[in-house]
Amino acid sequence: MTDRFAPPATAGCRTAPVLKERGQHEVFCGLTGIIWLHRKMQDAFFLVVGSRTCAHLLQSAAGVMIFAEPRFATAILEETDLAGLADAQDELDRVASELLARRPDIRQLFLVGSCPSEVIKLDLAKAAERLSAAHAPNVRVLNYSGSGIETTFTQGEDACLAAMVPSLPEATAEELLIVGALPDVVEAQALDLLERIGVGPVRVLPAPRASDQFGVGPGTRIALVQPFLGDTLAALERRGACHIAAPLPFGEEGTTLWLKAIAAEFGIAPSVVDTVTEAPRARARKAVAQAADILRGKRIFLFPDSQLEIPLARFLTRECGMEAVEIGTPFLHRRIMAPELDLLAEGPVISEGQDVDKQLARLRAARPDLTVCGLGLANPLEAEGLTTKWAIELVFTPVHFYEQAGDLAGLFSRPLRRRDTLKVGPHDAALASS
Amino acid sequence: MKLSVWTYEGPPHVGAMRVATAMTGLHYVLHAPQGDTYADLLFTMIERRNHRPPVTYTTFQARDLGSDTADLFRTACEEAYARFRPQAMIVGASCTAELIQDDPGGMAATIGLPVPVIPLELPSYQRKENFGADETLYQIIRTLAKPCERTEAPTVNLIGPTALGFRHRDDITEVTRLLSEMGVAVNVCAPYGASPEDITRLGAAHLNVLMYPETGESACRWMECELGLPFTRVVPIGAGATRDFVAEVAQHLDVEPRLDEERLRLPWYSVSVDSTYLTGKRVFVFGDGTHVAAMARVARDEMGFEVVGLGCYNREMARPIRVLAKDYGVTALITDDYLEVEAAIEAASPELILGTQMERHIGKRLGIPCAVISAPVHVQDFPARYAPVMGIEGANVLFDTLVHPLVMGLEEHLLTMFREDFEFHDAAGPSHHGTANASPEEGGSAPQTPRDISVKKRDNVGAAVEVVWLPAAEQELKKIPFFVRGKARRNTEAFAASRGETEIGVETLYEAKAHYAR
Repeated sequence: MTDRFAPPATAGCRTAPVLKERGQHEVFCGLTGIIWLHRKMQDAFFLVVGSRTCAHLLQSAAGVMIFAEPRFATAILEETDLAGLADAQDELDRVASELLARRPDIRQLFLVGSCPSEVIKLDLAKAAERLSAAHAPNVRVLNYSGSGIETTFTQGEDACLAAMVPSLPEATAEELLIVGALPDVVEAQALDLLERIGVGPVRVLPAPRASDQFGVGPGTRIALVQPFLGDTLAALERRGACHIAAPLPFGEEGTTLWLKAIAAEFGIAPSVVDTVTEAPRARARKAVAQAADILRGKRIFLFPDSQLEIPLARFLTRECGMEAVEIGTPFLHRRIMAPELDLLAEGPVISEGQDVDKQLARLRAARPDLTVCGLGLANPLEAEGLTTKWAIELVFTPVHFYEQAGDLAGLFSRPLRRRDTLKVGPHDAALASS
Repeated sequence: MKLSVWTYEGPPHVGAMRVATAMTGLHYVLHAPQGDTYADLLFTMIERRNHRPPVTYTTFQARDLGSDTADLFRTACEEAYARFRPQAMIVGASCTAELIQDDPGGMAATIGLPVPVIPLELPSYQRKENFGADETLYQIIRTLAKPCERTEAPTVNLIGPTALGFRHRDDITEVTRLLSEMGVAVNVCAPYGASPEDITRLGAAHLNVLMYPETGESACRWMECELGLPFTRVVPIGAGATRDFVAEVAQHLDVEPRLDEERLRLPWYSVSVDSTYLTGKRVFVFGDGTHVAAMARVARDEMGFEVVGLGCYNREMARPIRVLAKDYGVTALITDDYLEVEAAIEAASPELILGTQMERHIGKRLGIPCAVISAPVHVQDFPARYAPVMGIEGANVLFDTLVHPLVMGLEEHLLTMFREDFEFHDAAGPSHHGTANASPEEGGSAPQTPRDISVKKRDNVGAAVEVVWLPAAEQELKKIPFFVRGKARRNTEAFAASRGETEIGVETLYEAKAHYAR
């Protein structure tokens, strides 16, 4: 069925030169990952050790979620914590114990490092060990860094999952491990498809609860559902697990290729996948076609944000008929991205890292039809007459696998349809907020 | 260490950003790690600004730590100046950069830029957002404002309005109008809308109107000493305070205290008999010191409420708020811990809360109506319509703001009281219009909530068609967010009916989803 799509471009983008930039980055730090991770891991609490800025960031990023008794908080460093380091460890013990006393339902506590805690070299690994011993067996305490100096946006999830890998039990059984937090409804669809194809048993990292323990070892096969999991993949490979290289399950094509790569690893013929997925593939095609009407032939420019940019550009160019002008990514993991880059036709600038003012200059010169960017840039660009799609939504909304393919395309077609619908152009005076 | 989920205020460099973003021709170079750019979206999203805040971040990363970060800062300053050509720059460090001890002020001075470069010392681990704004404005004025010849006619400066300020945009318009009715013109409004060049002209005014003590008091005190400019003490929020403010300005400038009360409706609305039920309503007031002080007066003296608790989160205003609380016979609550606020509200059990975004949610949880009267606020409190809280129109706005949640509260109360009444029964539906005639026997928890997923549907020709949801599809439907579930259910049933199907399975559900996808 994938014959509907152009055959992989002869060269693809695997060997295309990458524009590497550094300068001002207009991106979130890894702490933001907490916002969706805590929804997924139902008995986990994320305690950021940081400054008021970190608390303010989480509050701004979480929006109204902050009012729903969320399972995350910040231990704000105060002047006294900076004066003497021994103090800070005691303080952390006190805060963690208070927290666990107030929330007895918590089984996993993540101590999340931030820029301030990293700069003062507060040893959170040691603190996690000490607290684990103190609160065993009810709570296990882990640590990772979500600091801006080390992680960009979704890399926070990578750091979190990688921190969980060493404590997984040893196993030898042949099992498939799906890695990456997915919305529950999407995860259920994925598991159902795999079951019908005959792949099993299947495990999911992160598991919804600490008690849903599973092992990892030489029999484990890893299928990534997110592109930003380089460290987690490396940690799993150190435990003997083996990676199944595949494009990511975005769109009909991505999902089918992802399933086929797994099926092949488990000795199942591609025809089995074709049979099982015939109906959902047809549905996905139909749903995508509706959005693609408006997307076809339109030029798209993606700012770096989540590392999802390359697979999304692949979906938008191949299944929706868009043309990519520039694809920015905060970090390009060559090995994970290779199957995606092979499918991507030559042409777009692929950039890694960012110098935001230079990138904005390239954007203004190109004047694309649609720009994918963060919320700090979206309204200013709209005011310049550029249509934008804010990128963060792509991380929070269910977009993977067949049933969401139409929704995914819809996220990109909506701003363009809105642009056509609105008959009141922004008047300069009305827009000026100052 | 302090455990915190909600914060009333951001870090002090966000306060500096509020000043920089409010101004024109000024650029802020902030020594900060990757990620601190999150603060941009407060301005572009919450305040809906159509431009990026004039801030350049150095965005240092782990691999830069060491001597490299100082070079990064220098380069960022040079490039920012070359690109934006500002009239003046401010430079400073965020919380992380404060720890690595590069000296932004010192480094910027050595570059030798051709415009004034103002260093900011903002202690991130001791102070907060409002201090940051106040200190930044003070440093800018201290550096740039010089004594100059007074204007011939009496003029004033408006001091304190910033970006991300609660209703600052419209308060400026309203206060400007109040003053012009007295024949007083505005010399400079700062920082909102002012350029560094405007700041140099501050000394030409005869009086400073201190609109917001949180963000303008230090600057006003400095100008009082150095430029001989007195400043106003009354903040014109509410009908009484507006009258006092007009009198205060008139006295300072020796002009006629004229106030056009034609437009003022609060006093009459408050006297009219419909408002009698407001008498003695118990209110709890919390927010920033300025708005709390003003609102307590409005609540007691102009609406006839009883103030049963008041407090503020900014400790800079602790002293005046404590004094004020005595006048109201209550103990002031000075805290930035929302759990303490929640406990105090629960203990006082008021009938109305006047507070911030946080109190709005506390109110929701406790089932107490709430009106938002102070920052921090959300996007809905940066309205498109004209909505000042100062001056004449501000008083009118406040009457509506304070009464609306109560009227709605009363409505809800009546509906609950008459819950068993046949007309207001849960199953009667939300409106007397339309055809929802469910019988009381069907029961249910609330209007609009479907009692059962399986329902009888009538098709186009009028014949009843039984549509049955298979358990797996029902499970699947429950995974859809509640606010679109109803629509998904109706669409799927219509889709199934159009194809003559009587059973809905997971396949049908997704076929329908694909059918309606847009």
